[in-house]
Amino acid sequence: MPLADQAPPRASKGATKTAGPTSWIEQIPAAWWAAVLVLLAMPLVANNFWLFQVMGWTFILGMIAVSLTFLAGYGGMVSLLQMSIAGLAGYMVAILGPSGTTSISLGLSWWIVLPAAFLIAAIFATLSGALAVRTEGIYTIMITLAIAAAFFYFTRQNYTIFNGYSGFNLVLPPRLFGIDWRDPTAFYYLCLGCAALCYGTVVYVSRSPFGLALQGVRDNPRRMAALGFNVTAHRVAAHAFASIFASMGGILLVWQNAQIAPGTIGISSAIDVLVVAVVGGMRRPLGAFVGAFIYVMLQTFSPDVLGAFGFSAERFKLIIGIGFLAVVLFSPDGVMGLWDRWRARVARRVDPLTGQPR
Amino acid sequence: MEKFAKNHPLWTLVIALLVAAFLWLVFAPWPPELEAAVGRKRVFLNALLGGVTLGALYFLVASGFTLIFGLMRTVNLAHGSLFLLGGYIGYEVATQSGSWLLAFPVVFVVVGFVGLVMQRFIFSHMEGEELRQTLVSIGLSIVLADLMLWYWGGQSYTTLAPALLRGPVELPIISSINPTSGEAIYIRYPSVRVWILVAAIVIGLAMWLVLNRTSLGMVIRAGVDDREMLAASGVRIKLVFLAVFVFGAGLAGMAGIIGGTFQSLSPGEDTRFLLASLVVVIVGGMGSIAGAAIGAIIIGVTEQMGLVYAPTYSVVFTFLIMAAVLAFRPQGLLGAGR
Repeated sequence: MPLADQAPPRASKGATKTAGPTSWIEQIPAAWWAAVLVLLAMPLVANNFWLFQVMGWTFILGMIAVSLTFLAGYGGMVSLLQMSIAGLAGYMVAILGPSGTTSISLGLSWWIVLPAAFLIAAIFATLSGALAVRTEGIYTIMITLAIAAAFFYFTRQNYTIFNGYSGFNLVLPPRLFGIDWRDPTAFYYLCLGCAALCYGTVVYVSRSPFGLALQGVRDNPRRMAALGFNVTAHRVAAHAFASIFASMGGILLVWQNAQIAPGTIGISSAIDVLVVAVVGGMRRPLGAFVGAFIYVMLQTFSPDVLGAFGFSAERFKLIIGIGFLAVVLFSPDGVMGLWDRWRARVARRVDPLTGQPR
Repeated sequence: MEKFAKNHPLWTLVIALLVAAFLWLVFAPWPPELEAAVGRKRVFLNALLGGVTLGALYFLVASGFTLIFGLMRTVNLAHGSLFLLGGYIGYEVATQSGSWLLAFPVVFVVVGFVGLVMQRFIFSHMEGEELRQTLVSIGLSIVLADLMLWYWGGQSYTTLAPALLRGPVELPIISSINPTSGEAIYIRYPSVRVWILVAAIVIGLAMWLVLNRTSLGMVIRAGVDDREMLAASGVRIKLVFLAVFVFGAGLAGMAGIIGGTFQSLSPGEDTRFLLASLVVVIVGGMGSIAGAAIGAIIIGVTEQMGLVYAPTYSVVFTFLIMAAVLAFRPQGLLGAGR
């Protein structure tokens, strides 16, 4: 994948039209402004269910998926561990902070709990990443799947730390600045802000020296090694870095559900994250959020639609599976790939020499 | 082996001592001090035998997986679904016809046919695109799991073993000594499990013989090493691929019947056995039948021993073994360094 793919296509076009340098604000295409406006204004029109359940879950899933998109799209490492990392961060919030299970939870205050959760999740990601990068390509999926499964079974069996099958409930976000962060509007903006932060960070880092070196490692590790880059260190660092987004999603997930249990981080959830990232398209970080939106829409509304056609509402997984198969079979770069191809076709309709429609 | 003994005399001694200690643990009656420290010998033996039997089942599932991977570089993550599908179909056939043995050929054909469809119409169109094949196989496993849940529901099924195989057999291994009469008490073990073990050994040996002593096996081994050169030398590699895929799928299906007989079938067993074969193949080495056998025994015994002696951490032991193998020998115990 050429590096030029990473740049938003409209921005470069805008830069060529106007003479002289333009400020970065002018380079942002109008569609982005519209999207930002819609997202910011959504609480004015949408109801609480839409804000809290649908959009909140979309952003959370998107954040966890974007950490996979970062690893897979820029690092070439498809890891199924991101849900476990998110779950570990969520568990740490429940264990170190206050929860309904007072016998285990330490009830520390948020300014210790949150950094500790990020740190422990990052350590876990680094260690498992160091294991996973000892092998390449297809093996990485298998190893990360095995680690994710081991972590899932461990949380289910361990009662002294992870409280086994029942997990933790009543895990509430701290009341910062006098705001109840589980109030739908506040939670919506919290998720939106975190998601925007994750997206911006991924885009920024992908163009930084580290991101460029990582893409070089993805495309040709031997050449990068010959150039003096430490291939293994870059890969492990990518795992550690991607854990930040997953942890953020995991912590928000715990606050949204007010509970965490082994079921949250099961094998099917780990695979769901992969499904979301692939359906959205792993070439660009935006794909993760698009994929998450599609997934959540299907999850929320497919029971009604299925019921209307006389099927049982439980066949939601079948639709997800068939949709995923269709995307992988017919558009391997996901919905974003479809969109790009459609845009390219529209652009071709204009004759490049005369500017007239053909 | 002689070479190894010559090159590493110290390691050979350590291994010989370990083997001797293990044999003593299995065959000698335990002194009371040991029983006081570790627990009854019967418990230990049952865990060991259970582990070996579980390992035999894992081997049946994982050998097809490793063969397919070794030859085609296809990580078929729908392998667990084929296992579960075979188990369900085997249950239906065995209960409808009343013949447990009839289920095996039927399941081999049906699940083999599912494998044929998967390889012929899906995987063969994306040869060389490993990641895409893996993703497709994940999608297939989601679809298959839900279709099976739709048809067979969430309850668990257990296939009844034929009357011939029910009941326990006595093995020539001393469990304990009767303190009053001084008689040796031998361990009793369900005979169906003994037969599963025997069947797995026979199938494993047969596979090894076919792979190492026949011209078909030669073609497959050549394909594992370099499939382009093999295709260039005139072998119809697509047919070989298809045959191996069908065989691997059928084997997974037959393992499903066995799994349904000595444990039970329910949704979720597909992921469990997929993961087991993943770990077995990672530990044993990709594409190696002998590696799959060793890995399966190690993982099976570890799992059962863990369940008996440290129930909270049994999963962790399996994982630690995998991590240790990855850290010191990333290609697996018997994997070829590639």
